[in-house]
Amino acid sequence: MSDDVEIPEVKEVSGTGIPVRGNDIDTDQIIPARFMKVVTFDGLGEFSFFDQRFDDEDNPKDHPMNEDRFQDANVMVVNANFGCGSSREHAPQALMRWGIDAFIGESFAEIFAGNCLALGMPTVTADQETIEDLQDFVDENPDAEIDIDVAAETVTYDGTTVDVTVDEGQRKALVDGIWDTTALMKANQQAISETAEGLPYV
Amino acid sequence: MSEGTLYDKVWDRHKVTTLPNGQDQLFVGLHLIHEVTSPQAFGMLQERDLEVARPDLTLATVDHIVPTADQSRPYSDDAAEEMMSELEQNVRDADIEFLSPETGEQGIVHVIGPEQGLTQPGKTIVCGDSHTSTHGAFGALAFGIGTSQIRDVLATQTIAMEKQKVRKIQVDGELGEGVEAKDIILEIIRRLGTEGGVGYVYEYAGEAIEDLGMEGRMSICNMSIEGGARAGYVNPDETTYEWLKETDYFQEHPEKFEELKPYWESIRSDDDAEYDDVVHIDASELEPVVTWGTTPGQGVGVTQPIPAPEDLPAEKQDTARRAQEHMRVEPGDTMEGYDIDVAFLGSCTNARLPDLRRAAKIVEGRQVPDDVRAFVVPGSQRVQKAAEEEGLKDVFEAAGFDWRNAGCSMCLGMNDDQLEGDEASASSSNRNFVGRQGSKDGRTVLMNPQMVAAAAVTGEVTDVRDLEEVVSV
Ligand code: SF4
Repeated sequence: MSDDVEIPEVKEVSGTGIPVRGNDIDTDQIIPARFMKVVTFDGLGEFSFFDQRFDDEDNPKDHPMNEDRFQDANVMVVNANFGCGSSREHAPQALMRWGIDAFIGESFAEIFAGNCLALGMPTVTADQETIEDLQDFVDENPDAEIDIDVAAETVTYDGTTVDVTVDEGQRKALVDGIWDTTALMKANQQAISETAEGLPYV
Repeated sequence: MSEGTLYDKVWDRHKVTTLPNGQDQLFVGLHLIHEVTSPQAFGMLQERDLEVARPDLTLATVDHIVPTADQSRPYSDDAAEEMMSELEQNVRDADIEFLSPETGEQGIVHVIGPEQGLTQPGKTIVCGDSHTSTHGAFGALAFGIGTSQIRDVLATQTIAMEKQKVRKIQVDGELGEGVEAKDIILEIIRRLGTEGGVGYVYEYAGEAIEDLGMEGRMSICNMSIEGGARAGYVNPDETTYEWLKETDYFQEHPEKFEELKPYWESIRSDDDAEYDDVVHIDASELEPVVTWGTTPGQGVGVTQPIPAPEDLPAEKQDTARRAQEHMRVEPGDTMEGYDIDVAFLGSCTNARLPDLRRAAKIVEGRQVPDDVRAFVVPGSQRVQKAAEEEGLKDVFEAAGFDWRNAGCSMCLGMNDDQLEGDEASASSSNRNFVGRQGSKDGRTVLMNPQMVAAAAVTGEVTDVRDLEEVVSV
């Protein structure tokens, strides 16, 4: 039951990277609406970025997610305003099921970042130059390890450590293992009832 | 930090506590659910053996996947049928009221909440759908949420959130003829950008907003999300109260109206409220806005030239270039005369009765050319019925439009209503992202409903002010 649900701490994420370039990549691109006609999230992974990855005859197109060298990647490196548009949680769910555990980008749409947090996936940010450098590095070194230290707000790769930003609330939630809000909030039953009673319309 | 705004007041009234993760826990006054984003949340609830905490504050409908032509069950699309059955099962098990198509009250979730009189000033409203911001038109705090948050709300009737900043968008002046609420919000997004609202909630104020009816205010609040804002709202006023009075809820409970009104008045932003930012827009300078690109921020006045990517801020240039390639438009041209194949009059932005009325005025006595598919998808069964009773259906059908049943339809193409190949559509909806209307090569031009009507009967993007029956709001 919720009261004893163990919420894992997410202090670090390590693994290899995959660059997905472009600003304003919206959730319709991440998971086209036609694949949302499902009642569970299982199996969504293979449809991630489907229309970017396949043509009308389902032939693979040029996309990093189609490349063998990136198949084991778990850190996605993206540009600005990633995940804008529809609030569908199917988007991070699909990417998580494809294998992604964390994102590094210039900026993220707010609802997308919130949805990621609810799954325990960090969305850390850095300036354009840092991101582009990292994307180039990942492109050339698909097997190189990238370490995201959520607590220290750094990313280490290729022997160097760069500063990144993790939204404060997100950092605390991940590092302290308090990102599962259902469990957190369920504990406040008494206060919930009191708030409701104070509202004239309830 | 803002102080004394509606946002601050409603937030404080609903705050349960501050959570260890730093977020505030807020009580949710109304939880709206639909078939696409709720089944996974019900699944998560079952996994943890939890029950729905407040079915009495939860309302369900079906909108995204319902077919708008043949609605007989089982639906011809198996996936749609499965989603519908799953929703039926979930609401039955949890004892949640479900406005199904059989009730005559079904419709797009953001159209029915207000219709039922359940969207009220000073309420917190959430729904697993980004356009929940629509309900802010009534002075509610309304947020779109993800599936894990739906689970939170189902399990606890509360939500964890961080407080945002408040930007007041002061829209003064009077709208000219043919220019509507939709144009105000497209202009706001054009100016402030699709990311301009990140970290903010928008308060829409000023003469032009006060002059709007509730439907226009809903169109504006609806697209707050396209501007990057977490929510948008308008302070409640007499227009709001008059509208609410007519709803079933307050017709049945007139005493509630009197009882709640002082609360509604009390949560209005104070005259000396403090905002984190204020932006001014002059409504009298606006003309109908149409989009030339593939984000809602890529808009332009219908007689104005499409911008050259190199004239835009550096970070927008690349997106603009790709958008112009996709849309096949050239900088320096106007959007007037852009050929369209489909005209879609629908969505939670613009498929309410006054929207259809204005569009019908333009359509009356004209004909949709043979090579254009035009259709009207009313926002709800109520809108549909009312429009049929006042003869709007006949007007549209006589002009060659298809008259459909209520649902989201081609706003996102989850049912059979989709663009095909590289068709271009004139759409009264809110998103023109690539692939949004069901075809990844499809091209969407967003505009107000009168402009959609004008495009439908001329087969191209047309300045509705050049047609005779242009109406002002
Ligand atoms: S009409 Fe469009 S925007 Fe509105 S709820 Fe339906 S799909 Fe979403």
